[in-house]
Amino acid sequence: MATYQLTINGKTYDVEAVPDTPLLWVLRDQLDLTGTKFGCGMAQCGACTVHLDGNAIRSCSTPVSSIGEKKVTTIEGVSETGLHPIQQAWMDENVPQCGYCQTGQIMSAIALVERNPNPSDEDIELAMAGNICRCGTYERIRKAIKIAAKGNS
Amino acid sequence: MKTETFDHKIYKVSRRDFIKSTSVGMTGLLLGIQLSCTDNSKKLTGNPASVFSPNFFISINGNGDVTLIAHRSEMGTGIRTSLPLVMADELEADWSRVKVEQAPGDEKYGDQNTDGSYSVRMFYTPMRKAGATVRLMLEQAAAKEWGVPVSECKAQHHEVVHTSGKVFGFGYLAEKAGALPIPDESAITLKDPKDFKYITKQSSIVDLKDIVTGKAKFGYDYKLPNTRYAVIKRNPEAGAGLKSFNPDAAMKVPGVIKVFTLDAPGFPTNFNKPLGGVVVVAENTWAAMKGRDALEVTWNKGINADYDSQKYSADMLTLAKTKGKARRTNGDAYKALSKAKKIIEADYIVPHLVHAPMETPCALANVHDNTCEVWAPVQDPQGVRKSLAEALGIDLKSVTVNITLLGGAFGRKSKPDFVVEAALISKNVGAPVKLLWTREDDIQHGFYHSPSAQHVKVGIDENNKVTAWLHRSVFPSIGGTADPKSVEPSGGELSLGMIDLPYAIDNISCETQQAKTQIRIGWMRSVSNIHHAFAIGCTVDEIAQARGVDPVQNILDLLGQDRMIDPKLLGEENSNYGEKIEDFPWNTARFRKVIETVKEKSNWGKTMPKGSGQGIAVHRSFLTYVACVVEVMVDEKNKINILKVDYAVDCGVPVNPERIKAQFEGGAAFATGIALKSEITVSHSAVQQSNFHNYFVARMPDAPYETAVHIIESNEKPTGVGEPPVPPFAPALCNAIYAATGKRIRQLPIRLT
Repeated sequence: MATYQLTINGKTYDVEAVPDTPLLWVLRDQLDLTGTKFGCGMAQCGACTVHLDGNAIRSCSTPVSSIGEKKVTTIEGVSETGLHPIQQAWMDENVPQCGYCQTGQIMSAIALVERNPNPSDEDIELAMAGNICRCGTYERIRKAIKIAAKGNS
Repeated sequence: MKTETFDHKIYKVSRRDFIKSTSVGMTGLLLGIQLSCTDNSKKLTGNPASVFSPNFFISINGNGDVTLIAHRSEMGTGIRTSLPLVMADELEADWSRVKVEQAPGDEKYGDQNTDGSYSVRMFYTPMRKAGATVRLMLEQAAAKEWGVPVSECKAQHHEVVHTSGKVFGFGYLAEKAGALPIPDESAITLKDPKDFKYITKQSSIVDLKDIVTGKAKFGYDYKLPNTRYAVIKRNPEAGAGLKSFNPDAAMKVPGVIKVFTLDAPGFPTNFNKPLGGVVVVAENTWAAMKGRDALEVTWNKGINADYDSQKYSADMLTLAKTKGKARRTNGDAYKALSKAKKIIEADYIVPHLVHAPMETPCALANVHDNTCEVWAPVQDPQGVRKSLAEALGIDLKSVTVNITLLGGAFGRKSKPDFVVEAALISKNVGAPVKLLWTREDDIQHGFYHSPSAQHVKVGIDENNKVTAWLHRSVFPSIGGTADPKSVEPSGGELSLGMIDLPYAIDNISCETQQAKTQIRIGWMRSVSNIHHAFAIGCTVDEIAQARGVDPVQNILDLLGQDRMIDPKLLGEENSNYGEKIEDFPWNTARFRKVIETVKEKSNWGKTMPKGSGQGIAVHRSFLTYVACVVEVMVDEKNKINILKVDYAVDCGVPVNPERIKAQFEGGAAFATGIALKSEITVSHSAVQQSNFHNYFVARMPDAPYETAVHIIESNEKPTGVGEPPVPPFAPALCNAIYAATGKRIRQLPIRLT
């Protein structure tokens, strides 16, 4: 057991955990930030995607001991005032079906458009290929990202 | 449970379940707060403490807040929105003032088994009647207050309006309507469809904002004080159980609280029995997982220890080539084949598949003092409740099943096994327990789609007419998961796309062979339609080639004259999805219409570059008529690019068109996984895949770039759309690949190299 000071969504948390505990389980079991989901436990599906200093990472495979002072952002922290443009586009396009993977999809999409405000189809496929949706909402995800990107420009 | 999945679909909810008066609750003190305005011509609210709830599904309080109950499980189809929307429309409620609440598992709600694409089919009319009944009662209450005939009062947009212009709000009327008797069904008038405000109109799902903000609650998102976390190590061979184990290393993992065993059920396992194994309970999920990794376990060998899916598939194929048990016979297919001028003969192989919903099975259970409460993502909450009562040996009334959102299900979560596990663990440790299935558990201990081998032989005579159709389908039955005597597909399974063949062919023989179930077999989105539509859809395309006829025209030729198919031709085993044939006849005119529509909308027959092609397949399943055209480009590296999919669908009244489209778009992607990537193999009874790195499903680059859904306008009874998108997709894709490359595909997943 060790104590880690984490900055998550702009707040500081002291958590006790064994060093190899994935960030995912710290967020969910200890901090009740349940918007980040478990899907595979081996960085294969993207359901657990959060941002580490703005980069999309898989929290299921990121040990809490590796976070250090980097800033964590989860779905709960992407917008302080209502909805991030990506979330709004997700609503406008009625993207979700069951909804389980969508927070991870949204986190990957936000990281994409913040890095690349005008992504091509190829850019989108490359950035989103790591996020599985078994309901198959891919076409709407692509559309929503383009709409949000357009709004940004 | 075994064949109950089909029997369930027959169950009809009696009107009594919907219209029965439960209570007109009066709670709290009557403080005389009158929220309505003083203008006597317009009273909007009433006693805020009163609740008018004339049936289990609708309640209105004195503020005019309407609460509608969703009694079906939400796994992504939008049913939690669509059925309340139907009630709201008939009720004339303002959708923005409606709150949807999820019902717990309870028989008083009628059938809650969210499975078989029948929620809309079964509940469209009852929900309309429930809404219309309450609308009438509100109108009657207003008429009484005003002292006018009810015919002069009309509910509209959350108010009842008199012809004079006087208005009462639903809130004002709620308590007064609650004092009235429930009207007789004959007094109820359903809306004219032209007056629909929500039905057949676009609408977003009620959980949309919660989903995109991460607030939506799924199975593993609930927690109670003092909750423990558990995972289970299970024998790779389903049901075979434990020989010995050593908990010492697991107990040394920080956070691990307890290690103990659950009994194995043997085989067949049934659908609601835990597989047994070694349970690790810990203070958090990670400790439980690490504790499990540290366990030393030796497993028993059971009766299926030698099960090998490759060998099994080869054996099934051998059987498929020999005459089997006739399940549908028209004329004499063998004689017609012997006289045929041309013969088409092909074998089709589909492997085991697994559901792999993004949310793995999981549950929170709290068992204490002979009571049990669970929060879980389940498709069949009443089945879960019964299974829990049975497993815990407690009264059904002491069991509460709360249904969370389901992070996908596809049939997996209609089996209650994982919830029973959670409850047994909670009972053992005397605390609330959250049980998680890891992805490895989900892939390796699932209820698998039956692997299959099919043999199809078709005869064409000298007039270029198809005269013989011989189809043998060999696959282990779902029933074999519960009943060792179930060694051959049931009529219900064959009615999923095989014996309900609509084509006007004089000589038909549909046959099966025995295939013993040796692993847990379950139903997965569209069930046996997956393999049957594949074999039939591909064969029909080969017939077009052999006849030298355009594939669309060929299908129309086979379909013949518009007609209601005589059920006698389909045989006694044809289940028609549990519906009476007179209620849901097999109407080939509706089939023709979707075929002609998809032909037009897909620009069928257009010129395409080398390496590209279009393919068509058509399939009616779950009483919904679907035609599918896939456009594909196969590049020089044999990579399959799915450019466009066109679906035409006739599902009767399209209750929620936006979600119908979503189901088809998603169904195409789900089926892309089946067609291109997914395969479970089993060796020595152990599933060889374990996670998404070796059980492949469709990702964004694999999925169709564009899916267009063309919904036929219809006033026919509505039918479901959760499963029907899946069956025709793979054969349409295979036929497109043939058009693009000249290669015939007869085995899934497709391998071009």
